[in-house]
Amino acid sequence: MYPSRFNYESPKTIAEAIKLLDAGNGEAKILAGGQSLIPMIKLRFAFPEQIVDINNIPGLDYIRFDADGSLHIGALVRHEHLEKSVEISMRQPTIAAAAPLVSDPIVRTRGTFVGSVCHADPQGDWAATMIALKGHLVVQGPKGTRTIAMKDFVLGPYANSLNYNEIAIEAVIPAPKGVARGGYLKLERRVGDFATASVAVALDMSGDTVLGAGFALAGVGGKTIDANDAASVLIGQKLTDATIAKVAALVAAKAEPRTDHRGSAEYKRHIVEIFVKRILVANSTQKVA
Amino acid sequence: MSSLYEEINAPLASDIPIRRVTINVNGEARTANVEPRLLLAHLLRQGFKLTGTHSGCDTTSCGACTVLFDGRPIKSCTMFAVQADGHDVQTVEGLASASELHPLQEGFKQEHALQCGFCTPGMMMAAKALLEENLNPTEDEIRWALSGNLCRCTGYQNIVKAVLWAAEKMRAELN
Amino acid sequence: MSLDEVKIGGMGASRRRVEDNRFIRGKGNYVDDIVLPGMLHMEILRSPVAHARIKSIDTSAAWDVPGVRLVLTGEMMAARNLAWMPTLSYDTAAVLATDKVRFQGQEVCAVIADDPYIAKDACGKIVVDYEILPPIVNPVQAAAPDAVQIRDDKAGQVGNKIFDWEIGDKARTDKAFQDADVVSKIELHYPRTHPSPMETCGSLADYDRATGKLTVYLTTQAPHIVRAAVAMVAELPEQNIRIVSPDIGGGFGNKVPIYPGYVVAILASILTEKPVKWIEDKTGNLTSTGFGRDVYLKGEMALRKDGKILGVRMNTISDHGAFFADAQPSKFKIGLMHSAFAAYDIPTAHMFATGYYTNKAPGGVAYRCSFRVTEAMFFQERMVQAAADDLGMDQAEFRRVNFVKDEQHPHRTAFGFLTDSGQYEKCLDIGLEAIGYKNFAAEKAEAAKRGRLLGIGISTMTEPLGAGNSREYDILGIKMFDSAELRIHMSGKAILRTGSRGQGTGHETTWAQIVAHELGIPADDILVEEGDTDTAPFGMGTYASRSTPVAGAAIAMVARKVRAKARKLAAHLLEVSEEDIEWELGRFYVRGNQERGVTIQDCAMAAYSNMPDGMEPGLENVAYYDPPNLTWPFACYIAKIEIDPETGVWDVLQFVAVDDCGVRINPMIVEGQIMGGLTEAYAMANMQYQTYDEEGNIIGGNYMDFLLPTAWETPGFELYEVVTPCPHHPIGAKGVGECATVGGPAAFVNAVMDALKDKGVRNIDMPLMPNRVYEALTTGKDVYGMPPVRSGN
Repeated sequence: MYPSRFNYESPKTIAEAIKLLDAGNGEAKILAGGQSLIPMIKLRFAFPEQIVDINNIPGLDYIRFDADGSLHIGALVRHEHLEKSVEISMRQPTIAAAAPLVSDPIVRTRGTFVGSVCHADPQGDWAATMIALKGHLVVQGPKGTRTIAMKDFVLGPYANSLNYNEIAIEAVIPAPKGVARGGYLKLERRVGDFATASVAVALDMSGDTVLGAGFALAGVGGKTIDANDAASVLIGQKLTDATIAKVAALVAAKAEPRTDHRGSAEYKRHIVEIFVKRILVANSTQKVA
Repeated sequence: MSSLYEEINAPLASDIPIRRVTINVNGEARTANVEPRLLLAHLLRQGFKLTGTHSGCDTTSCGACTVLFDGRPIKSCTMFAVQADGHDVQTVEGLASASELHPLQEGFKQEHALQCGFCTPGMMMAAKALLEENLNPTEDEIRWALSGNLCRCTGYQNIVKAVLWAAEKMRAELN
Repeated sequence: MSLDEVKIGGMGASRRRVEDNRFIRGKGNYVDDIVLPGMLHMEILRSPVAHARIKSIDTSAAWDVPGVRLVLTGEMMAARNLAWMPTLSYDTAAVLATDKVRFQGQEVCAVIADDPYIAKDACGKIVVDYEILPPIVNPVQAAAPDAVQIRDDKAGQVGNKIFDWEIGDKARTDKAFQDADVVSKIELHYPRTHPSPMETCGSLADYDRATGKLTVYLTTQAPHIVRAAVAMVAELPEQNIRIVSPDIGGGFGNKVPIYPGYVVAILASILTEKPVKWIEDKTGNLTSTGFGRDVYLKGEMALRKDGKILGVRMNTISDHGAFFADAQPSKFKIGLMHSAFAAYDIPTAHMFATGYYTNKAPGGVAYRCSFRVTEAMFFQERMVQAAADDLGMDQAEFRRVNFVKDEQHPHRTAFGFLTDSGQYEKCLDIGLEAIGYKNFAAEKAEAAKRGRLLGIGISTMTEPLGAGNSREYDILGIKMFDSAELRIHMSGKAILRTGSRGQGTGHETTWAQIVAHELGIPADDILVEEGDTDTAPFGMGTYASRSTPVAGAAIAMVARKVRAKARKLAAHLLEVSEEDIEWELGRFYVRGNQERGVTIQDCAMAAYSNMPDGMEPGLENVAYYDPPNLTWPFACYIAKIEIDPETGVWDVLQFVAVDDCGVRINPMIVEGQIMGGLTEAYAMANMQYQTYDEEGNIIGGNYMDFLLPTAWETPGFELYEVVTPCPHHPIGAKGVGECATVGGPAAFVNAVMDALKDKGVRNIDMPLMPNRVYEALTTGKDVYGMPPVRSGN
């Protein structure tokens, strides 16, 4: 409950923040929403020497659909902004389904989408969602800006591929060729619980034909699980009982669950399969917007 | 408490970074010298003597410390006091005006929505944020909005009723 | 004209709570809100491991942290004979570890500093060298012949067994089983859980060397017991010890025991001559303070074909953790476990109980429960359902056949308790009607078409509340009475003090209602004060739902004493003899002439200004009440649930509660207690437990793993009322605070088991998490919850 000592800076520009990170030589930590970082500091699981608070950098709280249909989420967009965004609810169903399931409503007012992706918690909802959506991050460092595809971003539990002097300033979700469909399901015992298993499904549909699909899992492995490989069996297909069963089994096979007090490995794998099916079935019967 | 270093006589390492912050608390500018590591909840309680904000857990789970930060509910144990510099914070002590209680306060009493009272301030602040967005919430909307706040005594049923009571009164006051 | 009792806030009035006025403004006064000048802060360093020998402790770096005033170790406590303290179960418990640590989270060192951040920094600089020993996390491991001995500190201790204990008539019970047509069996584990009040434990100790006075602000449900214990342990004169229990942020039994932190903070204040505040963090609370349950229950029922129960056998094995520190006042080693089956007319019963030490947190054990009554009633109702199923009999009908009938009261149970009142069938009937029991089969069939499994679970029980009577119950030799002191001021307003201590239970409101009922003084005119041992009369505190049964009775009795004196004053004022005075609420009048009377307020004024010759002035009195028996409320809880068989997730469709807690003083508060208790029952059935892994690491040591349900998951509850007054209580009231936590869990579990009835599953241990339900559903096998939990592939 009582954090250890650190230095605190609150830069007003991204450039200034990067300078501080660079000077921190790996001992500086970015503070955005802080809803994962601060609890870890309070429990003294984390002891950063330097905190770089980016909350006072203006212009990072945008949710924007570009003309090409791609979705851009700034580094200071809070979970609740996504939960309440009418545009998201109409155009990006995977994010719309996941947003209300992130932690609890009070945490959602503060925690950020991009921060959560960077935190790379194996239980995290947003890293899984981003993988399923085949998104990428725009990151800025002393040498300028680069993008990192989600498939290359999560390296392991709480480990990402950012350099110590880089900031993820934006998450980008590519435009669907057809219509974005999908969903997100999470088995938790109560609001705010760690997931026993979570499943993110992203679909790109034209009529009832699948143009593209993405799958990712949380809570069922040492890191966020990229199950996008499984999607190939759906491409060009319709969502039928047979295709749904086939892809659900393939996605479940990608899970790497551990047996623990939340359930056996087999149970968690089974939940993944059921959830994939449920999301796909819901999408197969929905009218196309 | 390290929010007020002037009060501490013990020799302190000279490299401790101290920040001066000014926070608009319940409409009044309050200033303190704080170490960056000081949690906002602790500044409110020990520094500003606003002990209605409670600390109920170590893990950002219980919501007993919920306050409004620029109008939105946050868990004040999960924000450093320095982060609140220049911002608005509303605590339970700011709910009532000099002469009258907030409808939520009345509703909580009328509907027996509290027992030990420990979660109550956080619960009311979360409910206030809900009612500011939605003055006609359903029972499910109330349960959802309060699901970041734990109560051990009441069983929630009466808390839901209390928020409905307050919403009704606030709607009537608007008309 | 008699007063309208409800209008003056008397008995039966759903009076809004007095204490709310400060709580809704954020003006409660909890221990952590109290600030004393020059106050220091204490933090405790806890053991990271479950079982280890302490080879060395190096505190030098902690002393060097600027702002640190004192670092205490077990060795320093031992030098003052304070390294160990007595428990309420006549064992010893470590204050700060000296020789070994015996559970994860055990107190090892304490740092006292200018602020808690610094104290925490310094804790991190203490180096403890541990030699790891094998941990024991369940009684099977504890009983193994080659098990390492946990309590090697105790002379004469053999192995890890604490006690063997039995009760009942073994020979007669054996005979009943020989005569049985059917023998039904069940075996289960009631998992370890934690009372987990929102506010953790804490204290602020202030020793003043100049006056020799020790004042301790403490999160305690029983301040007087603490004073007595401090007098014994700290060897301070009792008149110089003042224990103040300010607002308590929930107790549920967690704040009955005396914890190491309190003792260390007191010593620290004596040594530093400054006030020392210790506020436990949530992890400390969940990993080291009084837990609840953790009992393995096995039993069988001898049955006649027609459904009559002929006899019961029970066997319990309890896991007490590292020290036998059950906070319970009975002479029975396993508390009131043998109150099981009290609602049923059973000719004979026998119970055998064994207790073990393990490398787990000690103490407590009674969580919103009168000392194992929860385990008893849970076992009872699980056994009853299993027996009904084995007989192929309807579960409601089976209960009806075996209930103690209303007219059988007073009824001596097979284990020797005396139940005195109740209308069990009436409660059951109301519950069945409300849940729509008759239509359930159709509803179940309808749900099956949607692929859902429906179940209905009943739990009916009477439980002993309100310890105790002085013949059978005491704490450290002090009998289980309680007390009230009532002073009527000359204006007719009053102050009432009791030896109980509310913890969110509304004492400040209801206690005044009892006085209003007895004297006709409006409740709003009565100030209720509790929790300060310098001012309150000696009482045994609030737990075991004993406040209304014992302190509440004392309040009625003291009010009657005051009324007796007021009657004399009335006779004097009315110039008639006392025999000619009649009483109606709030007023004495002359028999045969109701117009001619004086109010209680008139009498109060006369007590100070116009008393008859020879009468002592003033109008006040004190009463100590030793109840003749426990009180026996009855409850019928019925849950209707639906299982999603693909995931094992279950939802509550409807929950009906019929409570008979005797006369209700404040119905609103009674209902609040029931709803709160049912929520905890739901929590236990569904998610809230603590377990341990092979290394003795606790799972459920903070709110990320120890799950309390939120408003979102918690179902709604429909409440119904039956009133059978308690025959021996002065106002006919019975305890109620614990009924729902005690009786509730079995309703949920029985409902889930009912839904799985045709799957060949007899039991799933709580909590019925989706994975457990799914496992039972798909394998057709029972699911046991004994730690260590499985981990790794």
